[in-house]
Amino acid sequence: MNDLRELYQETILDHYRQPRNFSRPAHANCMASGHNPLCGDQLKLYLQLEDGIIRNAGFEGSGCAISTASASLLTEAIKGKSKAQALDLMSRFQDMVTGHGTSADMGKLAALAGVCEFPQRVKCATLAWHTMKAALEDVHEAVTTE
Amino acid sequence: MSRSEHEPVRNHMPPAELIGDDFLVSLWRNDFPILQVTVHGVPLAYLDNAATTQKPLNVIDAENHYYRNNNANVHRGIHALSQRATDAFEAARVKVQHLVNAASANEIIFVRGTTEAINLVAQSYGRSFFKAGDEIIVSGMEHHSNIVPWQILCEQTGAVLRIIPVNHSGELEFEAYNRLFNQHTRLVAVTHVSNALGTVNPVRAMIDLAHIRGVPVLLDGAQAIAHMPVDVQGLDCDFYAFSGHKLYGPTGIGVLYAKSALLDIMPPYQGGGDMIRSVSFDGTVYNSIPYKFEAGTPNIAGAIGLGAAVDYLSNVGFDKVIRHEQALLSYATQSVMRVPGVRIIGNALEKTGILSFVLEGVHPHDIGSILDLQGVAIRAGHHCAMPLMKHFGLSATARASFGLYNTKDEVDKLVAAIFHVKEVFGV
Repeated sequence: MNDLRELYQETILDHYRQPRNFSRPAHANCMASGHNPLCGDQLKLYLQLEDGIIRNAGFEGSGCAISTASASLLTEAIKGKSKAQALDLMSRFQDMVTGHGTSADMGKLAALAGVCEFPQRVKCATLAWHTMKAALEDVHEAVTTE
Repeated sequence: MSRSEHEPVRNHMPPAELIGDDFLVSLWRNDFPILQVTVHGVPLAYLDNAATTQKPLNVIDAENHYYRNNNANVHRGIHALSQRATDAFEAARVKVQHLVNAASANEIIFVRGTTEAINLVAQSYGRSFFKAGDEIIVSGMEHHSNIVPWQILCEQTGAVLRIIPVNHSGELEFEAYNRLFNQHTRLVAVTHVSNALGTVNPVRAMIDLAHIRGVPVLLDGAQAIAHMPVDVQGLDCDFYAFSGHKLYGPTGIGVLYAKSALLDIMPPYQGGGDMIRSVSFDGTVYNSIPYKFEAGTPNIAGAIGLGAAVDYLSNVGFDKVIRHEQALLSYATQSVMRVPGVRIIGNALEKTGILSFVLEGVHPHDIGSILDLQGVAIRAGHHCAMPLMKHFGLSATARASFGLYNTKDEVDKLVAAIFHVKEVFGV
């Protein structure tokens, strides 16, 4: 059962049970919807973007532990980052959960490194990040993992 | 003296002698080589039979034997192998005819699966005979494959869908069904057994009601065909669709049964070889049924494999299959229900071996992953029945579905694995 604890680390369970930034920030000016048709995960990600810097981030929706924790950790990780920095983090996050990168320098996001052993769950982990990219590009249409 | 007089029945479980016939099941299990594999280092408990069933040796051998000894194209060659291939292919058609008790083998059309069978009816029958304002009745518990082909047809013709509502137990509301009929109703397309809930619909009564009004009925038999005897003449259904791979047969082969009177008036679904009698640039004469609907080289090996699967089920016998699967369902329902926080979705009076459930505080996808690591294979998701999930206010459920080779021991593993999920999530 070591694999199981790799996937469901305490940080993930904590962020699933008590998601951080689980609301729409008052001054949000970018939004995108994400949907994973495979398991029915749905989330809305809100960003407050000022002078190219993400001042605030929040999300709403429902999903599995991996997608919810990933969204929660994302909102914490991208606050104060520039658009370019957030997209760079996304790229490193994708590399990490697909087993092509390292969890070093990923901070709390490293809790999701175990996903690389579970290819079926990569979409759950990356849904929030794809949605963030859509929000940063000011795409208001729903994005999907398919 | 009965056994129960000696041994107290614990936890209100049905007595052991009701849990199928353990010896028979152990024999059946030996016929399925894949049941011996391990996943994540533990033995496999395959409880995803509503998605697809595993294949017995005689099915695997039939395809292998065909490719090793008889492979050739059917219905055209003059040489010996072509004749052997044609004979085996047509023999499979007759086996399927007997499985569903069709009046003639010509009423058995080989297709890719249930989905293609329904699309065939929508595009050939529906597109030819339906017009704007016509109504097609489907139910709120349909698989997407019995919704989307009709939606496409509605876009093409201006016909509209009417939906039979589902009650809180996961049964169709029969009175509401009755009220849906009017002078515009052209077809009823309904599932025989719900893939997400296991509900067995009262299809005989539903067909009678439709026929009183002169409306034909299509049954989606994907989830019924391996779990109960199907008699298309007894039901008097007009179309019956099913897939080989849910019947312990190969993927990529399925069947559309239709009454010959309907097939005769329906135009071809696809054009190509085998479906014609003669072709000229002035016009083409179509072949007779069933070939009119089988354009191109068919899935010959698949059909032969399906024929072998029909043989397998016939040898086992539906009486034994039903007895075992119903005992297993009842044992699993009682066992899973006792897990605190679990809610079973779909409590119809008449069900096949499908157990859909949710667990308070844990998403079905997480249940699926944790069960998988313990060797228990189930499905988690919307089961291609999103309108039904919406009806229950859910985005997904976890679903265990049983086949003839599943055991009480595997149900116990499922329950233990669910307890482990609760432990991991602290619920």
